[in-house]
Amino acid sequence: MNFSPNSTFLYVLAVLVILFIIVQSLFFLVRAYRRAQNLGMDMRQIRKIIASTALFTIAPAFSILLGVISLSKFLGVPLPWIRLSVVGAITYETPAATSTATALGISLSETITDPKVYSAIAWVMTLGIMPSIVLVPILLRRIQNGLVKLNSKDSKWGDLFITSMFLGMIAAFLGLVFADIRSGLPGFIPIFVLLFSALLMAVCGLLIKKCHMNWLENFALPISMLGGMVFAVIITPLIVR
Amino acid sequence: MKNTYIEKTHLYGKIWIWTAAVLILAVPLAICIVYDAWPGLTPVFIGLLGVAPIFWTVGTIEVVTFTPMLGTGGSYLGFVTGNLTSLKVPAALNAMESAKAKPNTEEGEVISTIAVATSSIVTTLIIAAGVFLLTQLSPVLNSPVLVPAFENILSSLFGGLAVVYVSKNWKIAVVPLVFMVTLFLLVPSLASSVGILVPVGSLITIGAARLLYKKGML
Repeated sequence: MNFSPNSTFLYVLAVLVILFIIVQSLFFLVRAYRRAQNLGMDMRQIRKIIASTALFTIAPAFSILLGVISLSKFLGVPLPWIRLSVVGAITYETPAATSTATALGISLSETITDPKVYSAIAWVMTLGIMPSIVLVPILLRRIQNGLVKLNSKDSKWGDLFITSMFLGMIAAFLGLVFADIRSGLPGFIPIFVLLFSALLMAVCGLLIKKCHMNWLENFALPISMLGGMVFAVIITPLIVR
Repeated sequence: MKNTYIEKTHLYGKIWIWTAAVLILAVPLAICIVYDAWPGLTPVFIGLLGVAPIFWTVGTIEVVTFTPMLGTGGSYLGFVTGNLTSLKVPAALNAMESAKAKPNTEEGEVISTIAVATSSIVTTLIIAAGVFLLTQLSPVLNSPVLVPAFENILSSLFGGLAVVYVSKNWKIAVVPLVFMVTLFLLVPSLASSVGILVPVGSLITIGAARLLYKKGML
C-alpha cells in the first residue's frame, strides 16, 4: 500500500482507538453513576459535577487540539490524533518525534513521506509512554493497601497525607509560574494571570458564602480558569509591545 | 469485608487497561505490517534513548503520585486517556471538593471516576470534532490573539485551585510554596522538569505536615 501520513487506513486506525477510549470512558461513567445511585448520593449534585467538569474540560481540550494541529504539520493528522487522545501530551510527543527524527537525520520542517521514519517515530512515541499504562495495574493495589494501613493507624494523619500530596503538586505548579520573571515584565504575565484567576475564585467563594449563590460552587473552577485565560489575552498585548 | 464495587473496579480496570496497552502497541505494529515499513531496532533505540530516561521516570512518578488522588476507577481510566496534570487530576480534585467527598472513601471514588470519565469523553469528542473541522478551526486556534490564552492555561488553572486548597491548609502549604518559588527563581531551566518536581513538592509537604502534626499545630 502506498504510504501517506494522512491515508484512509491511518484514519481508520485512529477512529478505532478513539471509539475504544469513548466506550471505556462510558463504561466507567455509567458504573460510577449507578453506584452513586445505589449509595443514595445526591444525584442532582452528581449531574452538576458532570456539567461543571465538562465545562472545565473545554479549554484544556482545545489546547490539546492545538497540539494535534502543530504535530500534524509533519506527522499528518491520524498519528497525533491517536497519541494525544491516548496517554500522550504535547510535551511528550514533540520531543519523541524530534528525538527519532534527529536519530535518523531527518528534519521535521516538512511532512514525513518515508514510511520507515514514520513507523520509527510511532514506535518511539508509543514505547515512551508505556510505563504509565503498564505500572497502574501492577502498582495500584499496593499503593492503595499502603494508604489503607496508614488510615487505619491514624485516620487524621491519613487525610493530612493525601492533602499534602495535592498541595505538593499545586506548589510545584505555582512555583513554575515564577520561572520566567528574570526576563523582565513579560515574564510576570503568568503571575498576573495566576493572581487574577485566584481573585476570581476568591470572589466566587465570597458569593457562595455571603450571598448563598450555591450553584456557583460547581462552576467556580471553570469560571476562574476561563477568566484567567481571557485576562491573559487582554494584558499580554499591553505588556509585550 | 472487602468492598465488592472497588474489587470489581480493579478487575474491570485491569481488563480495560491491558486491552488498551495491546491496542496502543498494535498501532505502530499495524503501520509496519500494512506499509511493510520496519524501521529496525537502531533508530527506535536511539530515538528512545533521547526521551525514555525522562518519560519513564516521570511516568513511574505519576503513577505513584496521582493514583492516591484519582482512586481506583479514575486511575485505570485516567492513565489511559492521559493529560493528568492539566486535566484529569484537577477535574477529580475539583469534583471531590464540590461534593465534599474525601479521596479513599467510596463517595470520593465514585465522584473521581465520574469526573475523569466525563473529562475524557469531552476531550476525546472535542479533539475528534476538531480533527474533522481542522481546516476551519486551525486559523482560529492558531490566531495570535489566542496564543496568550493557551500559553497561560496552567497559571489560570492553578490560580483557582490554589485558592481552594491553600486557604484551607495554609499552614501545610507555606513550606512547599516557599521552596518551589525559590527553586524556580534560582533555576528557571527546571520549568521543563516540573513533572519530576511534583513528587519532590509532595515529599516536602508531607514532611512539613508531619512535623506540624507531631507538634499539635494541625
